[in-house]
Amino acid sequence: MSAAEEVVTEAPAVEAVPKRAMTLGYGTSLVVLAALILTPLFVKNFVIFQMTMLLIYGLAVLALNILTGGSGQFSLGQSAFYAIGAYTTAILMEHFNVNYALTLPVAGVICFGAGFLFGQPALRLSGIYLALATFALALAMPQLLKLGFLEHWTGGVQGLVVTKPDAPFGLPLSQDMWLYYFTLAVSIGIYIASVNLLRSRSGRALMSIRDNEIAASAMGVNVALYKTLAFGVSAGITGIAGGLGAIAVQFVAPDGYTITLAISLFVGMVVGGVGWLPGSIVGSAFIIFVPNIAEGISKGLSGAVFGVLLFLVIYLVPHGARQVALVAQQLTAKLKRN
Amino acid sequence: MTAVRLRLTALSAMLALIAVTTGNALAQKKYDTGASDTEIRIGNIMPYSGPASGYGVIGQTEAAYFNKINAEGGINGRKIKFISYDDGYNPSKTVEQARKLVESDDVLLIFNSLGTVTNLAIQKYMNGKGVPQLFVASGASKWDQPKEFPWTMGWQPSYRSEARIYAKYIMKEKPDAKVGVLYQNDDFGKDYLRGLREGFGEKAPMIVAEESYETSEPSMEGHIARLKAAGVDVFISITMPKFAAQAIKKIAELNWKPLQIVSNVSASVGGVMKPAGLENVQGILSAAYAKDGADHQWDNDPGMKRFLAFLQQYYPEADRRDGAVVYGYGAAQTMVKVLEMCGDDLTRANIMKQAASLKEFVPDTLLPGVSINTSPSDFAPIEQLQMMRFKGDKWELFGSVMSSDLNH
Repeated sequence: MSAAEEVVTEAPAVEAVPKRAMTLGYGTSLVVLAALILTPLFVKNFVIFQMTMLLIYGLAVLALNILTGGSGQFSLGQSAFYAIGAYTTAILMEHFNVNYALTLPVAGVICFGAGFLFGQPALRLSGIYLALATFALALAMPQLLKLGFLEHWTGGVQGLVVTKPDAPFGLPLSQDMWLYYFTLAVSIGIYIASVNLLRSRSGRALMSIRDNEIAASAMGVNVALYKTLAFGVSAGITGIAGGLGAIAVQFVAPDGYTITLAISLFVGMVVGGVGWLPGSIVGSAFIIFVPNIAEGISKGLSGAVFGVLLFLVIYLVPHGARQVALVAQQLTAKLKRN
Repeated sequence: MTAVRLRLTALSAMLALIAVTTGNALAQKKYDTGASDTEIRIGNIMPYSGPASGYGVIGQTEAAYFNKINAEGGINGRKIKFISYDDGYNPSKTVEQARKLVESDDVLLIFNSLGTVTNLAIQKYMNGKGVPQLFVASGASKWDQPKEFPWTMGWQPSYRSEARIYAKYIMKEKPDAKVGVLYQNDDFGKDYLRGLREGFGEKAPMIVAEESYETSEPSMEGHIARLKAAGVDVFISITMPKFAAQAIKKIAELNWKPLQIVSNVSASVGGVMKPAGLENVQGILSAAYAKDGADHQWDNDPGMKRFLAFLQQYYPEADRRDGAVVYGYGAAQTMVKVLEMCGDDLTRANIMKQAASLKEFVPDTLLPGVSINTSPSDFAPIEQLQMMRFKGDKWELFGSVMSSDLNH
C-alpha cells in the first residue's frame, strides 16, 4: 500500500509520473492484446461496434493524456479537434471518394496543424486559464460547423452520412468486425508511438516542463516549442480518433461534437489515471458504459446517478485505474513472496 | 439395444409431432425478431438528458400508454415491452442506442424516436437492416420518401405541409399581399420556406422579402426593420419560441401592423404569446392539428375525456398543458392501431404495410376533422391543420380543416 499512499499524499495539479510507470509490463500487455484480438470472434456485431468505440474514445483519451499527463497542460477543447478529424474524414470520403484508410493521416495532419496553431496563443496561458481558452474552442466548434458558407461541404446542421467500408480482398469478415480490427491496428500503432515518444528525449523534455517549467528552460529545453508540439501531437491523435469515429458511427453532425464530448474525454482521462497511458482504455470504458449503467438504474435521474458513480470513483480511487493497477501489482508481488 | 431403439422411435415420433404442430402454428402466425405469442418488443430513443430533455416527456407518456394497453390485456393477447433509451440528443449516441435496440434487445421496430438530426443518423442503418423506423418524431419533410427509405415513416404534419397551408390561406384571403418571411437559418427554417414557395407556386413572387437569422443573434431588430422597409404587409414568422416573441414585440414597438402568422412551433400561449405581451398578439394567426390540453373548450370532448382519464390513472404527474404529453398519447395510439391491424402477422414487412394503409384513423387528441391517412406512396400520416386566431388570452380555431395537397 505504501507506494500508492505516496502517490496519493503528494498531489500537485498533475503529479509526476516516472516514465516506467507510464506503461504496462510486457506480460500484461500481451494478455490485454490477446483479449482485444480474440473477443470479437465470440460476440454479437453490436458488442463489436461498442468495442470499436471503446478503442476510438480510448485513442482520444490517450491524446489528452499525452497533453496533460505528459506536458502538464489542460485542455477542455479536445472535442473541437475530434470534430475536425471527423469532418475531414467524412468530407474526403463522401465528396472526394478518398479511401477511408487514406483519410486518417490527412485528418491527423490537419488536426496536428490546428493544434499546433492553437498552441501558439495558448502558450501565454497556463492552468485554469488555458482550460478556459480551450473550453471556448469546444463551445465554438459546433457553431462553426453550421456556418452557411461551409454548408456545401459540411451539410450544415443535418450533417453528412458516411458509408461504412467493407472488408478488403474479399475477407469473410462483417463490416463491423473488419472496422474493429482496422481500428485496433491503428490504435496499437499510435499506442506504441506514444509510449516511445514519452520515453524519448522529447518525452523527457515534456515531462520536465510538466514538473518544473523554469528548471526545464534552465536545462535548455525549448519550452515554447515543446508545449506547442504537445498540443499538436495531442490534437493530431484526437483527429485520427475523430476520423475513425466518423467511419464507425457512419454519420457526422455538429451536435455530436459539443462540449459534453470534451468533458467526457476529460473524465475518461482522470478515471483512467492522469499520465498512465494504459488507463486510457479504462477511462474510455468508463465514459461509454457507465452512462448506460446509470440509465439502467434510473431513466429520469441518469445524470445524477452518473454523477454519484463518478464521485465514488474519484473519492475511493483518486488516481483512477492506475492506482487500482498499482495495488494489484503489489498484492501479486506479496503473494509471490509468500 | 432395443430399448434404445424404442426410445429413439418415440423421440422421433415426438419430434415429428412437434414439427407438425408448430408447422401449423407458423402457417397462421408469422413473427420476426421481437415478436412472439406473448410479447411485442418496441424500441424508442429519446433525449431524456441534454439540451432537448423537455421532449423526454413524450417517451414517458408513451411508456404510460403502453402500460395501459398491457393492463387491459395487450394487443391480441400480446404484451408490449417498450424499451426506451436516452441519447442526450447526440447523433453518435443515437446510433449506439439504435444498434443496441436492434442487435442486442432484439426489438421488432423503433418507434417515435425524437429529433431530425438524430433520426437522420440512423436512417441508413435502419433501412439497411430492414427494421421499421416508425412515426419519427420530427417535423422535417424527409421522412416521406417511401421509394428511397421504405422503412422510415414520419407522423406529425411536416413543416412544409404547414407552410403550404399558410400560402393557401394568404392566396385566398389576401391575393394582393406582399409577404415577408423571417426564418431560422437551419433545416427547420429552410423546410418551411420551401413549403411556402411550393404553396404559392407560380405566385411565389408574392414573397417580397426573406430574412434569415442565426440562433446566436441577440435581437431581431435589424431583420424586422428591413422587412418593414420592404413594404411587407403579411409577416410570416418561422421562428423558435424565443425569437418569435422578440419579433412580435419589435413589430409592436415600431407601430407596424402587418398581418402576422407564427409557425405552430411557436404557438405556445405560455412560451410566446404571454411573454410577447397579450396586447401585441391579438389577431395573430397560426395553425394546429392537435387539441390543446389547456383549452377548456375540449373539457366535454369524448376523446379528451379519455385522454384525461388516462393521465389520471397511468401518468398522474404529467402536466396536461404540456404539448409533449398530448403528442406522445396520439403517437402511441397510432402505434397500437398499426399493431392491431397486423393481427398475427407480426413481421417487419407487414408492420410497414399496415402503417402504410391507415385510413381515416383518428387518435383522441387530434382536432375534429383531422385524420391519419397513409398509402404505399404517402408516408406522411398527418397532413391536415386548422387555422387559428389569437383572441383574448387563447387561440380560436376558425375555418375548416385544410389539407396541404397542392391541388385543392
